[in-house]
Amino acid sequence: MARIELSDLAHSYKRGASAPADFALKPMNLTWRQGGAYALLGPSGCGKTTLLNIISGLIIPSQGRVLFDGRDVAHLPTEKRNIAQVFQFPVVYDTMSVYENLAFPLRNRGMAAAAVDGRVREIATLLDMTGELDRKARGLTADAKQKISLGRGLVRPDVAAILFDEPLTVIDPQLKWELRSKLKALHKALDVTMIYVTHDQTEALTFADTVVVMHDGRVVQAGRPDELFEKPAHTFVGYFIGSPGMNVLPASVAGNQAQIAGATIGLRWSYDVPPGKRIEIGVRPEFAMLARPGEGVPVTVERIDDLGRSRLARLRLREHAVAASVPDELSEIGETAGLILQPDHIHVYADGERLEGRA
Amino acid sequence: MDKPQNNRAWFLVLPVLAIVAFSAVIPLMTVVNYSVQDTFGNNQFFWNGTGWFRELLDPTTDLGGRVRDSLWRNLLFSAIILTIQVPLGIAVALAMPREGWKVAATLVVMAMPLLVPWNVVGTIWQVFARGDIGLLGYTVNRLGIDYNYVADPLAAWVTIIVMDVWHWTSLVALLCYAGLKSIPDAYYQAARIDGASRWAVFRFIQLPKMRRVLIIAVLLRFMDSFMIYTEPFVVTGGGPGNSTTFLSIELVKLALGQFDLGKAAAMSIVYNLIILAVCWVFYTVMTNLDVERRRPPADA
Repeated sequence: MARIELSDLAHSYKRGASAPADFALKPMNLTWRQGGAYALLGPSGCGKTTLLNIISGLIIPSQGRVLFDGRDVAHLPTEKRNIAQVFQFPVVYDTMSVYENLAFPLRNRGMAAAAVDGRVREIATLLDMTGELDRKARGLTADAKQKISLGRGLVRPDVAAILFDEPLTVIDPQLKWELRSKLKALHKALDVTMIYVTHDQTEALTFADTVVVMHDGRVVQAGRPDELFEKPAHTFVGYFIGSPGMNVLPASVAGNQAQIAGATIGLRWSYDVPPGKRIEIGVRPEFAMLARPGEGVPVTVERIDDLGRSRLARLRLREHAVAASVPDELSEIGETAGLILQPDHIHVYADGERLEGRA
Repeated sequence: MDKPQNNRAWFLVLPVLAIVAFSAVIPLMTVVNYSVQDTFGNNQFFWNGTGWFRELLDPTTDLGGRVRDSLWRNLLFSAIILTIQVPLGIAVALAMPREGWKVAATLVVMAMPLLVPWNVVGTIWQVFARGDIGLLGYTVNRLGIDYNYVADPLAAWVTIIVMDVWHWTSLVALLCYAGLKSIPDAYYQAARIDGASRWAVFRFIQLPKMRRVLIIAVLLRFMDSFMIYTEPFVVTGGGPGNSTTFLSIELVKLALGQFDLGKAAAMSIVYNLIILAVCWVFYTVMTNLDVERRRPPADA
């Protein structure tokens, strides 16, 4: 049970790195509160696993501090940090039974046999593995093996945090849902900090109450799932979260007016645009509406995707591709149409970072 | 299954069959042929039935006694070799570097003894262990230990065992090293997270993952040590007395020294069957160690 703070943390796999490109993790400050359910979300190679391994102590960071309840543990080995971690691929001890596998982390820490037994049976019940406790781990399916790995992470009663490194990659989709809800339930039951690394936004958004989005070794936004959706702090967040992602269009902004590809659009707020930066506006397809020709910005229609409950228009605004919602009442869509952007939901970005507007 | 049956595919096996016939089956059959006959030269053969085999396996006869004694020496030698080389090989493999330029350097140094021809190894140690001009023999004697492998059976045994350890431990180590390299990093990381001791990492991760290569290592080392001929022949010539006379040395004496082709052929067959039998036992025992584990359905 602990609050985990990362202070001026950075890591490079090269020795004596100085250029920003050498750093797998760019300098960052971040706090993980006790008992939170976090998801660390980002594409492959963005530094998620590096960050996780720094927290667990498998990697010593090149600079900065890792504080557990205010105590710097950056240079302590894993064994002394009281942290549990579950890896992407199942790690089981082949020659042991399921029971012995689950008991292993406890026995290694010298827990009394009776306490071990109670704890192992409790976790086995949570994971629906009570019937398999006496089986050897070797012959089990990949699903079952990963459940054992999860169990070994969960079994220790006093850990500061449990870290999951894409733990459901090898699991069947059906079971994935089940295990994820189970983890969520366990989180509530155990009141332990959980950090869940994934590149799957659905996984992140359903598991976590705080999602930390990483991009290129940097934390670009940490917030509730609805914040990430409604106010993406970075164009990357807008693009990475949501399906399809946010439309990002180069624009020039002056006051509460934006010019996109020759058309003028009204904004909800006014912006002071810093000079010399790349200015873009971002609007999610959910807040971009297809309209009849002559209304809004003129666009050409490339195709309409029928998603069942709704329709999605793939449009072209000069050379830029745009995705937009199609209102139910709109029919007979021709080759040209109009596009209406809801001013409340248009964000302005300078070099990728979101600008705060003023009234 | 509706695979087309095409029996003409069997013709493709013919070349292999022919090669195996010429390289193994036909020579073996000539040995079988000799083993049931007696000859006095001039290419004249007389039927002897199972006579040689009965004599060979009856320890009260002169030949039977020699065979029995050398068989015990062989078994003792192989047992000692396996008890030393397998643990030592594992230990060396664990100590070998895992990355960097040292890997290549270590591998080359380790492979060196394996590249030396048997009789050269014998000659090296024959000279190395001599009390008068050999570096090892001279040093040991100067340290006050009476060591003379020509006269003392124990010294002779120690010499050939040390020589074999020097020659072949690398093989076990290299095989184990290959097994160790195949263990994903995540296992070691998980073990650290689980708070496993160094011993537990060895016992529950490294040893189980090395099991397959260890089976191969044990089989190879058993077969090779059980068939050992050249090195003891060069170093001790089977002496002092008969103390290092192994089955192979006995066999060569019989076949080429006394030209008893019938006896030698019978002995070759028995020798061969013993090796096959022991290997079969080793293999069965070592693979059945986890039959219990395999009974549940295999991995998805």
